[in-house]
Amino acid sequence: MIRIENVSVTYGSGATTVRAVRDISLHIPPGEALGLVGESGSGKSTVMRAVAGLIPHAEGRIFINGQEMPNKRPRASRKFAQMVFQDPYGSLHPNQTIDQTLAAPIAIHNLGDAEQRIINALTEVGLGREHRFRYPHQLSGGQRQRVAIARALILKPKVLLLDEPTSALDVSVQAEILNLLTRLRREHGLTMLMVSHDLAVIAHICDRIGVMSRGQLLEMTTATELAEGRVTHPYSQQLLRANRGFDPTSINVDVTA
Amino acid sequence: MTETLLSVRNLRVVYPGDDGDFRAVRNVSFKLGRERLGIVGESGSGKSTTGRAIMGLIAKPGRVEADELRLGDSDLTALDEAGFRRLRGKRIAMVLQDPKFSLDPVMSVGKQIAETHRHHFRSSKAEARKAALEMLEAVHIRDPERVYHQYPHQLSGGMGQRVMIAMMLIAGPDILIADEPTSALDVSVQQQVLAIMDEMVKSRGMGLILISHNLHLVSSFCDRVLVMYAGQIVEVCDAGKLHEAQHPYTRGLLAALPELGRRRDELPQLQRDPAWLADLPAALGAAT
Repeated sequence: MIRIENVSVTYGSGATTVRAVRDISLHIPPGEALGLVGESGSGKSTVMRAVAGLIPHAEGRIFINGQEMPNKRPRASRKFAQMVFQDPYGSLHPNQTIDQTLAAPIAIHNLGDAEQRIINALTEVGLGREHRFRYPHQLSGGQRQRVAIARALILKPKVLLLDEPTSALDVSVQAEILNLLTRLRREHGLTMLMVSHDLAVIAHICDRIGVMSRGQLLEMTTATELAEGRVTHPYSQQLLRANRGFDPTSINVDVTA
Repeated sequence: MTETLLSVRNLRVVYPGDDGDFRAVRNVSFKLGRERLGIVGESGSGKSTTGRAIMGLIAKPGRVEADELRLGDSDLTALDEAGFRRLRGKRIAMVLQDPKFSLDPVMSVGKQIAETHRHHFRSSKAEARKAALEMLEAVHIRDPERVYHQYPHQLSGGMGQRVMIAMMLIAGPDILIADEPTSALDVSVQQQVLAIMDEMVKSRGMGLILISHNLHLVSSFCDRVLVMYAGQIVEVCDAGKLHEAQHPYTRGLLAALPELGRRRDELPQLQRDPAWLADLPAALGAAT
């Protein structure tokens, strides 16, 4: 469903060029959920943004649903893949009602029957009709993230791109959103690409997990291998230890990044 | 427990509103010794407000009331703003989540640390500078001279937080309140910052209050944990025994966390019981 071949992404030009992502190849078959973990600056979000078409890739090829994605995306290609962002406070227009937010993609793609589509999308993510004409500030963080998911689903995409979808949420709300994503994936056979710094969250949703650092894909592992500590790269092992909580024996305070 | 540094009995933080008073913190009692005390809870549970109340940082029209709020021999309930200013930094200090917003962007970090020293000790410029450099070294900054002259935007998040810790500890406070000190940092850097904080608190015999939403972090780092819900302490646990927690809220939170190696189709969602909102006896957190 998603195929990335030798993709590199660069920012800037000339002497100040930064290669944020270097020569990455990935394949995600239909219905699979693949996760990318790594620290800030590792390039995990950049890979996702390149797949979404939000930033151009300098080298390599990106295929979604068998079609190669050029850097300037045709409008119709947006129907294949939709994205959910980290911060539900920042990703919804503050002066538009939920109804307006959800109506925009329907209008852009000339889908028609907005009324029914909006009601269906809200029901799908567990929101009621009473939420439809509210503004984002009248909703909780979890409800906003549900709206962001509804907006992504309204075009009936085959691929959902999730950029830290629960890291701004409380633990109890995170569980609700993770359960929602699990259910939607099952019901719609969605293919997912998810980015997170939380290994437990990513292993909960994803089957295969790629570990990234400094723009490179260091290692491809699985949720099971991760849980059993069977990761080979020292950096992956460090991430794994850090995710288990505070462990003074494994820390060298004199090393600074 | 060791000697009590901070004693809180029946702390209440109240914000007046159109529909009556909103009690953001209520019935909160605990004692802090030379230990690492964690406060966990979700957003809105009152954990940060508790920390701010102890620091005297609740802005009007909010009110802080307590049967007892005592730091060593000082009665905090009797202090005015000037009194708190003398106390803050000197005897009780606070590290916040994001060093980018807590540091002055237009002053070199070394100067900021030295300024704290000058304020509290009336020291000369040279003395303050020397103390600041020593402090930067104490938080394991390799090249203190260079970092002294840097500005906050030139520092990484982890370095920024080391600088914050240096600044907070330079006047030798008895207590450090750290409010989500590592939430904005990458996991490996988080560990370093915690280790440095731990080292400093231990070597100086301080008490530490770590406020966090991260249950794993708190239970692995602290000695004791207070769990807050809707402004109250609902449970006190030994940090290592957090998984044996009794209160349905704590248990619900723990169950809702995804876990490596225990993949469940569905995570149990927290069912909030209105009964948890009822006022609890104020003595709960005091048991140590």
